[in-house]
Amino acid sequence: MEFLLQPLTILTFLPLAGVLVLAFIDPGRKNVIRWIALVTSLVTFLVSLWVFSMFESSNPDLQLEAKYPWIQVAGWNIYYYLAVDGLSILLVMLTAFLTPISILSTWSAVEDRVKDFMIFFLLLEVGMTGVFLAQDLFLFYIFWEFTLVPMYFLIGIWGGPRRVYAAIKFFLYTMAGSILMLVAIIFLGIKADTFNVPTMLVRLPDLYATGTIPASVQMMLFIAFAAAFAIKVPMWPLHSWLPDAHVEAPTAGSVILAGVLLKMGTYGFLRFNLPLFPDASVQAAPWIALLATIGIIYGAAVSYAQSDVKKLVAYSSVSHLGFVMLGLFALNPEGVAGAILQMVNHGLSTGALFLLVGMIYEQTHTREIKEYGGLWKITPIFGTIMLIASLSSMGLPGLNGFVGEFTILLGAFGSEAIGNPWYAGISALGVIMAAVYILYMFQKVFLGPAGEITHHHELKDLNWREIITAIPLVVFMFWIGLYPKPFFDILAPAVEKLLSTLPL
Amino acid sequence: MTPPTFFDFYSLLPYIILTVWACILLLVDLYIPKGRKGITAVLAAIGIAVSLGYSITQTGIEARGFTDMISLDGFSTFANVLLLASGLFSIALAYGYTKRMGIERGEYYTLLLFSLTGMMLMAQASDLIIVFLALELLSIPLYVLSAISRKLQSEESGLKYFLLGAFASGFVVYGTALIFGATGSTNLSVIFTQAASVGTSNLLLTIGAALLLVGFGFKVAAVPFHMWTPDVYQGAPTSVTAFMAAGAKIAGFVALFRVFATAFPSIASNLTDILWALSALTMIVGNLIAISQTNIKRMLAYSAIAHAGYVLMAFVPYGNETVSATAVAAGLFYLAAYALSNFGSWAVVIALEKSEGRGLGIDDYAGLAKKYPALALCMTVFMLSLIGFPPTLGMVGKFYLFRSAIAGGFTGLALIGVITSLISAYYYLRVVVNMYMKEGDPDVEREPWLGLTTSVTAIATVVVSFVPQFLFLLAYTAVLR
Repeated sequence: MEFLLQPLTILTFLPLAGVLVLAFIDPGRKNVIRWIALVTSLVTFLVSLWVFSMFESSNPDLQLEAKYPWIQVAGWNIYYYLAVDGLSILLVMLTAFLTPISILSTWSAVEDRVKDFMIFFLLLEVGMTGVFLAQDLFLFYIFWEFTLVPMYFLIGIWGGPRRVYAAIKFFLYTMAGSILMLVAIIFLGIKADTFNVPTMLVRLPDLYATGTIPASVQMMLFIAFAAAFAIKVPMWPLHSWLPDAHVEAPTAGSVILAGVLLKMGTYGFLRFNLPLFPDASVQAAPWIALLATIGIIYGAAVSYAQSDVKKLVAYSSVSHLGFVMLGLFALNPEGVAGAILQMVNHGLSTGALFLLVGMIYEQTHTREIKEYGGLWKITPIFGTIMLIASLSSMGLPGLNGFVGEFTILLGAFGSEAIGNPWYAGISALGVIMAAVYILYMFQKVFLGPAGEITHHHELKDLNWREIITAIPLVVFMFWIGLYPKPFFDILAPAVEKLLSTLPL
Repeated sequence: MTPPTFFDFYSLLPYIILTVWACILLLVDLYIPKGRKGITAVLAAIGIAVSLGYSITQTGIEARGFTDMISLDGFSTFANVLLLASGLFSIALAYGYTKRMGIERGEYYTLLLFSLTGMMLMAQASDLIIVFLALELLSIPLYVLSAISRKLQSEESGLKYFLLGAFASGFVVYGTALIFGATGSTNLSVIFTQAASVGTSNLLLTIGAALLLVGFGFKVAAVPFHMWTPDVYQGAPTSVTAFMAAGAKIAGFVALFRVFATAFPSIASNLTDILWALSALTMIVGNLIAISQTNIKRMLAYSAIAHAGYVLMAFVPYGNETVSATAVAAGLFYLAAYALSNFGSWAVVIALEKSEGRGLGIDDYAGLAKKYPALALCMTVFMLSLIGFPPTLGMVGKFYLFRSAIAGGFTGLALIGVITSLISAYYYLRVVVNMYMKEGDPDVEREPWLGLTTSVTAIATVVVSFVPQFLFLLAYTAVLR
């Protein structure tokens, strides 16, 4: 039972304690339920700070390992194996950070079946944290698939009018990718005789060198893993589940979906595709870069065409995550480090945007851009925070988005793996297009003459709870934007180590 | 012919206990007044429990009895325990249901016991004659049970099952005759040595084996021998259906495993393609047709067909020496996982079923989560387990099945398996959608035994998925040799 006392075990499974407590609470006592969920997620966040304090950023290896034999019978070689390194620590922190914020945002937004909502939300946190920490493919797969279940319910029960359709589409789409990965995981597990990733990384080079796993099979395995992750990211052309899921999901669901769940895809590429299939990764880099570039431009163009704010933000995710993919497959330190930072940035800025859109939707029940207008005069605080989040999202220097996108483009320009600076050149247009659609949205909603809704509703500005919800995000936007060095310092050693294993 | 010894009887002990008990119960039941047949149910359950206890004490013991017609080994013990546990669940499901539906009769339980003895004999048979006897012993009571509610649908179900079942038995007998002609014996180990010496060219032997496959394929409801399944599952009383879906399938598979793995490894190269096609077809057809079902019993019937395909998939590489152990173990493991989710989901179906076949539409599950959150949660666990989704035993089981297929070199088949799993997610989720995301006002029968079955199977499905070691070990040591 020693494994239960490991810091990472505690971090991962602490929300379950909240679930257990909630299970015995009368569903009618909504405020008690909300507080329990909030306190649980805050304590989890504190644990994540504790974990972070023990993390050595100069060490490129896996740390705080919790490794125990799990299923070691009948020819199985499965470990309970959690560990963290520079690649994952920021995402783990992001998860622990965004969950309490999301829970706080549901305070008045979710009135129906609050207990179930909070239980699913905390279960979701368990799954997400587990995904970022698991170092055994079997364990990883369990966490990976498990995140689908609570998210499916969050969309399907508390979502918008087309929620059932969106929930099923989300579930089936994502599952379609992961089942291919499942076959690849089992195949790798049989060939390497282990599911434990670090051990696998030791054994695989021999298997590749001796031709036990030929290059073509390596490519197929790469594609199988990539299918799961690319759908989650989502990369163009596999993105069509995303707008539906985002638009129909309740606000907190959208925040977590954009903030963390999408990162599971890009993280999967980083953690598994690159080191497990080094040759295939290098081969595939130009193709991924091509898809990423198309995604950047396409996402930005489609965003501009939206009349629904939430949809606009959703499509902007396709564009932003295109940048992340471009950076990852630049396969050089700038690109990869920029990509990881951009994952965090996107979590912050898009999370904030969804949060803010949700706050106003709660009052007006519409998200149509044309019905708003002149909001700034009535709700100045809301307008200010929205402006910061929008500028962060479009990559204004001084805010976090700029740092990530700039580093990524820097990496992509000089990338040998991509081999063509044009991808970076065209992608840079995406930054400009982001300015177009974001400013267009901002102008139509906040400036100009008052629209129909603004006229007819007694709109209130943000209350204290809502401001407290949004402020932490804003703080980090400025911090990363003005002084990103500590963040890069955390990443750099692990990124160096990862790239040193690639045949470049 | 030597007279039977103590060891002969010991090797069949759980079976003998159950048979004797069933015969006594048949007489005792005459003195139990009408309307109080619950006592018969309890007595039957006690018999099963005693037999189960003895079966567990036989863990790890290997013996052969009755001049090598009966084997007692890890495999048979695993199967016996699984079957007896299924029997207990079946009685728990039937206890209140039969009363409520007005079909409470003493015969119900004695027939169930006799059918159970047939299933156990299937698991222990190491001679084709015994296989045939066991097959009939398990089937005939099931035919009667299917028709026991004496409604038109139920009678149709019984007759259909009987006619097609008799037809399938014919295949088994004919197959046995051909194999006898080819090898001069009906004993599995003799057939093995004879077959190995004549090699793969023996056409008679291959045809015989293929005919046996037809017979077993019928029992486990593999496509294209599945035609009876939806009608029989739908028409039979639901408690019988649950017993049929788990017990008869387990029995069919253990016989298939034993006969093929011990007698026919040498002609595996001839049979592999056939098994491959059967498995692929079963997975595809079962899952595709399940999509369009609106009646939950029919949907679960097609799901049961599809699951036969998954178990078969693991068995396809049985002739490959390095994988054969895994092939059988994965099959057994999955059957255990399947039995759990199966009884759980049928228990929920029974809880919602009303007389005259109402309450069986998938729409009737609308709003269940609001009114009965615990029941809806359990049903969700079962649906996830049947899809093969964590955190449930079904996921671990499917992982094992796919591993067997991939280790045997059948990655393509595994791909068909995962893709059909994806398809299956659609129709299993529809039940979840109805329960959680639609408004409705379902009525549920509250029966203690039903509730117990539901919660025990749901908890086991989740908990065992985290600590599956013992089940792995049991399945793995149950290897045939």
